[in-house]
Amino acid sequence: MFTAFLIKYAEIGVKGKNRYIFEEALVKQIKYAVKRCQGEFRVARTQGRIYVDALSEFDFDEVVDNLKTVFGISGICPVVCLEDEGFEELGRAVVKYMEETHPEKNHSFKVHARRARKNYPLSSMELNTELGGIILAARPDMRVDVHNPEILLSVEIREKIYLYSRTIPGPGGMPVGSGGKAMLLLSGGIDSPVAGYMIAKRGVKIDAVYFHAPPYTSERAKQKVVDLARQVSRFTGPIYLHVINFTDLQLYIYEKCPHEELTIIMRRYMMRIAEHIAGETECLGLITGESIGQVASQTLPSLAATNEVCAMPVYRPLIGLDKQEIVDIAERIGTYETSILPYEDCCTIFVAKHPVTKPNTERIRRHEKNLEERIDELVDTALRNEEVLVVHR
Amino acid sequence: MEMEIYLDNSATTKCFEEVGALVTQLMCRDYGNPSSLHMKGMQAEGYIRYAKETLARLLRVNERGIFFTSGGTESDNIALIGGAMANCRMGRHLITTVIEHPAVLQTMQHLEEQGFRVTYLPVDQNGRISLEDLERAMTKETVLVSIMHTNNEIGSLQPVAEAGAMIRQMNPRTLFHVDAVQGFGKFRIYPKKMNIDLLSASGHKIHGPKGAGLLYVSEKAKVKPILFGGGQQGGLRSGTENVPGAAGLAKAAELCYASLDEDVDRLYRLKQRFVEGVSRIDSVRVNGLTGRESAPHVVSVSVANIRSEVLLHALEDKGIYVSAGSACSARKPQPSATLKAIGVEKELLDSTIRLSFSVFTTEEEIDYTLQAMYDIIPMLRRYTRR
Repeated sequence: MFTAFLIKYAEIGVKGKNRYIFEEALVKQIKYAVKRCQGEFRVARTQGRIYVDALSEFDFDEVVDNLKTVFGISGICPVVCLEDEGFEELGRAVVKYMEETHPEKNHSFKVHARRARKNYPLSSMELNTELGGIILAARPDMRVDVHNPEILLSVEIREKIYLYSRTIPGPGGMPVGSGGKAMLLLSGGIDSPVAGYMIAKRGVKIDAVYFHAPPYTSERAKQKVVDLARQVSRFTGPIYLHVINFTDLQLYIYEKCPHEELTIIMRRYMMRIAEHIAGETECLGLITGESIGQVASQTLPSLAATNEVCAMPVYRPLIGLDKQEIVDIAERIGTYETSILPYEDCCTIFVAKHPVTKPNTERIRRHEKNLEERIDELVDTALRNEEVLVVHR
Repeated sequence: MEMEIYLDNSATTKCFEEVGALVTQLMCRDYGNPSSLHMKGMQAEGYIRYAKETLARLLRVNERGIFFTSGGTESDNIALIGGAMANCRMGRHLITTVIEHPAVLQTMQHLEEQGFRVTYLPVDQNGRISLEDLERAMTKETVLVSIMHTNNEIGSLQPVAEAGAMIRQMNPRTLFHVDAVQGFGKFRIYPKKMNIDLLSASGHKIHGPKGAGLLYVSEKAKVKPILFGGGQQGGLRSGTENVPGAAGLAKAAELCYASLDEDVDRLYRLKQRFVEGVSRIDSVRVNGLTGRESAPHVVSVSVANIRSEVLLHALEDKGIYVSAGSACSARKPQPSATLKAIGVEKELLDSTIRLSFSVFTTEEEIDYTLQAMYDIIPMLRRYTRR
C-alpha cells in the first residue's frame, strides 16, 4: 500500500544560505542508499521536502533499512499516494488508510492537512474538520485530541495527495560529504569503528589507516579490520583503507626505547604516519577511538604525549563515553560482533606489564632520539609499501 | 611464496588425485540418486555398495555395519546419542576420557543435560588413560564407553584393544565406541578383534573428500537415529547418500591401506628426524611420547617464550603451514584442555604448535622446516613481552 517515503531532516533546515549544499548532499546519499535496493526509485526535492517515490515493486523493509543508514535523515514516513479524484473519494481513502494502518481500537487522533496546491476547493482548516468528522463517523471507537494525539494523520494536497501518520526514526546527523574528509585510525577493537561512525554522522567522509605487524598479527586480524571498515561503510559510503606494515618500526622501537614507553612511542609514530597520509589525501583531521582513562595510553598525560606530534586536529568523539556506552553504539551499528573476534592487534603484542600512565613528554622526546639513526628510513619504507583497499558494501 | 610445505594434516589433507577424479566423475557423470528406480539410480547404488564392501573388507567386518555420514562429528554424535538413547533402559552411565575431540566431549555434555552421568577418565603425562581407572569406573549401569584411538593434538595412542577386552568381560552389554578419526588409515583397526561396537572415521583426514564420514555399527549394537526422513541406510541415517563422498572415502582408504606399512614406517622415520632436530633448540620440548607408542604423524612442540600464533605466522611466511595447538580449537581463545590434562605448564599452553605429516611429506621438507625454526626462534625470542 505504501508507494513512497517522505524524508524528514531536522538540522539541515537551519543552515541558511548553505542549505542547498546540505540538501543536495542528502539527496545524493539517499540515491546511493536506494540504489542498493530491489526496484526503481525517484528521489525528488520539492518545497523543502524530499520524497522517495517507488516506480516499481519494492521490499518495504529493505528500503527502510537502507534509508536508516543515511545520515541527515531524522525520520522516514511511509506514504500512501492518491490521485485526486474529488473530496468524497479522499474521505473514503482516509478511512481505509486508518483501518489498515491503525486497526487497534480507541486511539486519539488529529488530522493535519496541508494544501500546497492552492486551487484545491477546501482550505487546510476545512480539510481538518471535514476529514476528522468522516473518520469519527466511520470509527466510533476513536476520539479527537488536538493537543496530544496518538495518531497524527498528515494529508498533503499536491499534484497527488499524500497520506502518512507513522515516522520511523532515522539516524540523524548530517549527510556524509557535506563536511569534508578525515582519516580514521582503525585498529580492529570496539572503539575505533564507533569513532568513525560518530564523525561520519556529522557529515564527514571517512578514510582509514590500519597498522598491521606480521607475523605478530595475522591475516585474519587484517581481514577483521576490512570487515569492520565494510560495516562502517554502510553509513559512510566507500572507505579508502590504507594498510601500513608496522613490524620493523615496532621492533626497532622495542630495541631502542624503554619498554614501558613502547606503546606511547609506537602511538606517536602511528599518529605521524596517519597525519602524513591524511595530508596527501585531502583529509582535514585525524579520528581516534580514545576515551579518557580507558587504558594506560589514554590517560590525559598519555593523550597529551601522543597528541603533540601532529599539527592536524585530532577528533576523539568517544572521549567522554564509558565502555558500556561505546559497546551499546557498536551493537546498534553492527560492528560489535566483529570487533570481539579474538585476534591480537599490534598495540597489544609487546605491551609491557606496567606501561607508563603518566609519561613525561621531555623524557619521551629524549628516548625518541635513540631512534634517529634508522627511524626516518623505516617510516619511508612503511609509507612506500602501503597497501590501499577500497572498501564498500 | 613458491615453497608450500603443508604440515597440518591432522586438520585436513590434500585429496589424492585419483580420489578427486572419482568424486568429479560421480558429481558430473554418474550423478544418480541411489534411491531412484531407474538405471541411473542403480548405478549410483552400485558405487555405494562397492564403497561399503571396500571399507568392510579393510575393517574385516560385515558390510551391513558400514554407514556413511557427513564426517567425524556426525559419526560421533550418532554413536553417542543414538547408542545412549537406544540403551538407556539398561542405565544412564557413560564413560569417556578428558582428551577427546570436542565432537565427543560436547556431545557428552549434551547427554549430561539429558540426565546421563558421565565419568571422564584422566590421562598421564603422555596422554594415556590407565586401564585400572577404566575398570574402577565401569558399573552395571554403564551404557557406553567412548575412547579415542589417536589424539589429534599430541598424537597419544590409547590401549583400545585392552580396553575393549576389559569392557566385554566386565559388562557384555556396554557399547564400546572408538573415535578413530586420526587413527584410521594409519593403523590396522579391526573392530571385531578389539571388541569395538561403534567406530568413527572421516574422509578428509585420509586424503579423501570433506563432508564424508564413516560409522561402523556392530551387529549386536542397538543405535537409534538422530536424523529422520526418507529412511535411507536402514533408517539409521536418513538423507540421500553422499555418493561422491562415500565412494571417495572408500577409495582414499583403499589407497592408504595399499601401502600402509611402508608409509607408516616412513612417517615414523620423518617424525624421529624432526623430533631429534627440534630438540636441539634451547627451551623447546616435544609433548607426549615420540616413538612407536605414539601416532606416526603428529608432533606437539612447546617453544618457550614465543606465542604459538606468532611462530605459526612466521613459519607461514616461509611457506610452512602448521597449527597452533589443534586447528579445531585455534578458533577459541581458551587454551587446549588436552595440553592442560597432560600437565603442560601454564606458560607453555599458549606457546605450543602442532605439526602433522602425511604421505606427501618429504625428508627435504622436514629439514627445511627445522632450518626455518633454527632461524626464526632465536629471532622471535629477541622480541618478547618483557
